[in-house]
Amino acid sequence: MMHTLAMKGHAPETGATIAVTLKLFAMLERWLPEGARRNEIRLAVPAGTTPAAIIAALDLPAALCAIVLIDGAFVEPERRGTRALVEGEVLSIWPPIAGG
Amino acid sequence: MSWQRKILRVDLTAGTIAEEPLNMEWALDYLGSRGLGTKYFVEEVGAGVDPLSPANKLIFATGPLTGTMASTGGRYTVITKGALTGAIACSNSGGYWGAELKAAGWDMVIFEGKSPKPVYLQISDDEVTLHDAAEIWGTTVWHTEEHLKKKHQDPLMRVTSVGRSAEQGCLYAAVVNDLHRAAGRSGVGTVMASKNLKAIAVRGTKGVAGIKDPKAFMAATKAAKKVLADNAVTGQGLPAYGTQVLMNVINEMGALPTRNHKDVQFEGARDISAEAMAEKRETDGKANLVTNQACFGCTIACGRISQMDKGHYTVQNQPQYWGASGGLEYEAAWALGAANGVDDLEALTYANFLANEDGFDPISFGATVGAVMELYEMGVLTKEQIGIEAPFGSAKALTFLAELTAKGEGFGKEMGLGSKRLTEKYGHPELSMSVKGQEFPAYDSRGIQGMGLTYATSNRGACHLRSYTVASEVLGIPIKTDPLATEGKAGLVKAFQDATAIFDSAGICLFTSFAWSLVDVAPQLQASCEGDWSLDNLAVVGERIWNMERMFNNAAGFTSKDDCLPKRLVTEPAKTGPAKGLVNGLDKMLPEYYAARGWTQDGIPTPETKGRLGL
Repeated sequence: MMHTLAMKGHAPETGATIAVTLKLFAMLERWLPEGARRNEIRLAVPAGTTPAAIIAALDLPAALCAIVLIDGAFVEPERRGTRALVEGEVLSIWPPIAGG
Repeated sequence: MSWQRKILRVDLTAGTIAEEPLNMEWALDYLGSRGLGTKYFVEEVGAGVDPLSPANKLIFATGPLTGTMASTGGRYTVITKGALTGAIACSNSGGYWGAELKAAGWDMVIFEGKSPKPVYLQISDDEVTLHDAAEIWGTTVWHTEEHLKKKHQDPLMRVTSVGRSAEQGCLYAAVVNDLHRAAGRSGVGTVMASKNLKAIAVRGTKGVAGIKDPKAFMAATKAAKKVLADNAVTGQGLPAYGTQVLMNVINEMGALPTRNHKDVQFEGARDISAEAMAEKRETDGKANLVTNQACFGCTIACGRISQMDKGHYTVQNQPQYWGASGGLEYEAAWALGAANGVDDLEALTYANFLANEDGFDPISFGATVGAVMELYEMGVLTKEQIGIEAPFGSAKALTFLAELTAKGEGFGKEMGLGSKRLTEKYGHPELSMSVKGQEFPAYDSRGIQGMGLTYATSNRGACHLRSYTVASEVLGIPIKTDPLATEGKAGLVKAFQDATAIFDSAGICLFTSFAWSLVDVAPQLQASCEGDWSLDNLAVVGERIWNMERMFNNAAGFTSKDDCLPKRLVTEPAKTGPAKGLVNGLDKMLPEYYAARGWTQDGIPTPETKGRLGL
């Protein structure tokens, strides 16, 4: 199921759309759009959309977005507003967590 | 002073019990628990001792903060020469037993020799008695605890014991207290059973007296508890999701060892994660997770309490497993699940129940199952030998092997050898994912490079709890480092190893370190104990403990050649994820680590290093 995310002005209006997968875990689950299953959902977003744009569009508290991965690779906080997602990538976000 | 200044010495051969003053000179240099217990051990036991001989000793040691109002102050450590590894073993447990021993007035108990018949030790404050254990020998940990509480008519008694796996010689048997808290690693339970010692039952009513500055201690512990409560990890994440919250993040970043480390990502990870434990099952509408649980004095409460689906094939005819009990933590869920390609959460929970009930380490067990499944798929082991078809992904093989290992029956005897000896026996030692004979925990060192150095240099064999660089490399605690880089990891590992030795030796839980640094621990020690517990001295004490352990291992015959990783991790690149194409760069990190430690390039502490540390 594909969900078209309302970007609320947080992404460029390029006209082109890409599909990405969003995964939210632990206490962030509750911010997943309707239709999400098993912590993930496919999203249609404007080309050029960044992790920060998706975080803002979903009203995710920034302080709870501690671990942000694109295809498993960590995206540093200073790059979350500039690293544009590309077609097919997986954006995964966790709150502050630990274990062992 | 926080120390009770008294230890018990139990000669199991002679059946005698003696009281001794705590060596305070050593306490000021080695703090307590892991550090101080190990100091006693290395002073009293030759490094060449056979772990299962009467000449080996077994020490149960608390720390100065154990039993106090410091958060998580309930820990104790079991120190011996490990049955699985032949290296120094110090296995740490929470629950309530450690605090009870301290409240009975004892800092530690040293067991020597071997009893001619099965016995258990009962401690009621100053009254200490060895009892015949014939009626509980051959029974489980769960039965032993229930039996002793009934027999002594004391429901508040705290019991630590070994199960049938230890009695049957499983080399990774654990010591289990409070039903599901365990000193789990390195086969400390095997050593206990080899001495014909079944259990230690304790009731303490004295509390911990003699805090050096009670007012300052109350202020320090209160401030430190606020740090834990205000921290998102220790105040919210761990209580809600437990350590199991790691399953998905470690999988996403391509560092979840899967199918005996053949892969680094598991397609079934989400099905065995914290998120899955909290979901209602389709079968009965109930969640696997019932609640969280805290150990003594803990203000985090990360423990998991689970209840199985009564209709699951494993328990449908075994109502004794229908109640709520200790659930899956991350390491167990990984070892029983991803390590074998098994994604049946209920089967994992059942195997975990058995590990608690009969006292065996689910990490070493699960990793040994992974090696067996690989040998089965290669055709080296057959259904006839194992007793069941055992391809990767078979939940039925997993639970079958757990049942056999618990009792030491059939192929369970082979399972009890651990992966190193088992794979050697069947001609494929390269398939044992272990260091110094102990199996890896749940982080693939191709995707988290620092953990390769952590495993290779751990004094008790492969272990994540000696320098948990995952905190930095994945979680950004205290600072984020690149998990794929080898640069800087030597210093990072050394810093984590030395600091961890302090947390362990103080008698508190390592999980406080997700919020606390030694800056938070030092005031609690300084207010409770005589001596110098400044940050500068704590750094020296931590390093001293690490080097003391290393020197014992060197004397036991371990060399730099044992600071290694299995061939698979340094020659077979990760197939998927961010680490795709990478192997572990141990060869780059190890020389830097030796230099940072002040060791020769053969891994031996130099005379200057020993002199600086007072060793």
